[in-house]
Amino acid sequence: MPTDTRLAGPALQLADSLWQDAAVKFGNTGAAVLGFVGVLLAVFYAAGRATGRLSRPLAIVLMLGPAIVLLLTGLVVPLLRTVVLSFLDADGAKFVGGKNYGWALTSSPIHGVLLNTLLWLVVAPLTATGLGLALALMVDRMRGQAVWKSLIFMPMAVSLVAASIVFKLVYESRGSGQSQVGLLSQLAVAVGWDDPPNWILSQPLNSFLLMAVLVWVQTGFAMVVLSAAIKAIPDEITEAARLDGATGLRLFRHVTVPMIRTTLVVVLTTIMIITLKAFDIVRTMTGGNFGTQVLANEMYSQSFEQYNYGRGSALAVILFLAVAPLVVYNIALLRKERATR
Amino acid sequence: MSAQPTLAPTTAAKPELPPAKAVRRSFSSPLASILVVAVTALWTLPTVGLLVTSLRPKGDVASTGWWEAFVHPDLGLENYRSVLFDNSFGTSGGLMPYLVNSVAISIPATVFPLVLAAMAAYALAWVRFKGSDTLFFVIFALQIVPLQMALIPLLRLFSGGAHLGSVTVIPALNLKDTYLPVWLTHTMFALPLAIFLLHNFIAQLPRDLMEAAVVDGASHFKIFRSIVLPLSAPALASFAIFQFLWVWNDLLVALTFAGGNPTVAPMTSRLAQLSGSNGSRWELLSAGAFLSIIVPLAVFFALQRYFVRGLLAGSVKG
Repeated sequence: MPTDTRLAGPALQLADSLWQDAAVKFGNTGAAVLGFVGVLLAVFYAAGRATGRLSRPLAIVLMLGPAIVLLLTGLVVPLLRTVVLSFLDADGAKFVGGKNYGWALTSSPIHGVLLNTLLWLVVAPLTATGLGLALALMVDRMRGQAVWKSLIFMPMAVSLVAASIVFKLVYESRGSGQSQVGLLSQLAVAVGWDDPPNWILSQPLNSFLLMAVLVWVQTGFAMVVLSAAIKAIPDEITEAARLDGATGLRLFRHVTVPMIRTTLVVVLTTIMIITLKAFDIVRTMTGGNFGTQVLANEMYSQSFEQYNYGRGSALAVILFLAVAPLVVYNIALLRKERATR
Repeated sequence: MSAQPTLAPTTAAKPELPPAKAVRRSFSSPLASILVVAVTALWTLPTVGLLVTSLRPKGDVASTGWWEAFVHPDLGLENYRSVLFDNSFGTSGGLMPYLVNSVAISIPATVFPLVLAAMAAYALAWVRFKGSDTLFFVIFALQIVPLQMALIPLLRLFSGGAHLGSVTVIPALNLKDTYLPVWLTHTMFALPLAIFLLHNFIAQLPRDLMEAAVVDGASHFKIFRSIVLPLSAPALASFAIFQFLWVWNDLLVALTFAGGNPTVAPMTSRLAQLSGSNGSRWELLSAGAFLSIIVPLAVFFALQRYFVRGLLAGSVKG
């Protein structure tokens, strides 16, 4: 167990105890991993000696068992329990019928949340996919395309929390007269807007500024996937269309887009799913204040800040119902696309 | 671009021009190049701003924009020392314990699901039994469950155990100050995708090889260890990188099961809190954020090929 070795006192002692703390934590973690692998090896060794009729069932139970147990306790049972909880009161003690759903769909503060979520769902995925498609078409003919692609794709590696902090700095605002430290305010001043607003507080602009963070992260993803799809269009098709006299935008509209349509939809739905579930950006940048709240973050707030398990569960179920069809559609398309290649 | 229909036949007649590039060619013009460069600059500048801010002295950060650092360069690593080791954000020991926690959470939460999923995938693909196809499909279908659907019951399970009526199925374990809830949750939620991906790969391994091993009298455990694992290395690597970054960057599980507690909480959950409460201490916040970015960026630039592959496969996860 990680022991509390942090002592009040001189800085040197503090630094010492920090390293000690790290050593204990890494020790525990290493022991956990080694223990896990060691137990498995021991079980494998012992079970591997079993022969005859027992060996097959033993292999099935030992190799599949742990995953099944974890999936049951971690996913299947909690899934059902959440559905049950959504019909109970805040403490999960009393049956209240559809009251939580009534609250989630009809109470007036929630309307803003649902509207925001819908706005996110439309604006962020379309912008990221559209921008990604445009970039995919333009970047492939450029010298050093790998560099441009890497740089645009890079935000994908960063956590949404870090991405939000990056953009919080961009949107940082100072009163008029002071020199601006945020890039956006500075740009506004540079083009002659002397007193730019406090971006994060200006509704409804702030919601779009938050969406920009997700677009920043997802555009590279869209670009890389779509670029691969465009490269996979058979030469003969483009050639035939060109012999028929199609060029430029017409070629793009009547040949390229239909050929990569499945991929386009996959990218779009993928980003939609991510958008619906992402609560990190809103949580980090505004905490859901100033009219920026979305469903995923409201679910977290209701569950773990208000401790209203009934409402939290109802919101989780609504989120599930919104995400599930998208995922099913997405996976079906992916399979279709793989089958045709 | 498209205003020259008369030129089209001539360009098409050029035999050496690869026709697949025709569409892209229409989009390549000086204007397109300028646009790409502009977008790239726009995409990179915010991160550069964060990095530069994290290297500037406190007074400068508070009074001028980071771009001023290019006019009056005065950069150093003082903020990083301060944010890691000092009581800078009102926590004794700064962010160092959280950085340690991030590593201590991410490695087991990558190894556990990787090994368990590989085992399950092998059993489903090669130790076939009645209902194994159905089971595989059910596991595959579990991918549609968002993490949010399991959080509240899991939290209650970890703190209060599980009971059926008055019978205790799982006792209340005191896991509060351990990594176990976070490791377990990440492992559970990684399994559907991991089993699906690894099954796709493992099922494609050459049948002859497996049959030869069986003829030689090797047990399933031996085959798994000495044939399946080594041959699946590329798939395992792709998933490991994806999962490691997923866990490293995760906020939802971290915040729910570790909160902001320095004994267990990772960087993401602490940074999210600080961004709310200490939003104006930019010299420290930027250094802290950049510390949490370094690891994924290093992974990204070092292993880009695997990274993209894993990412595409896992894009609808959890």
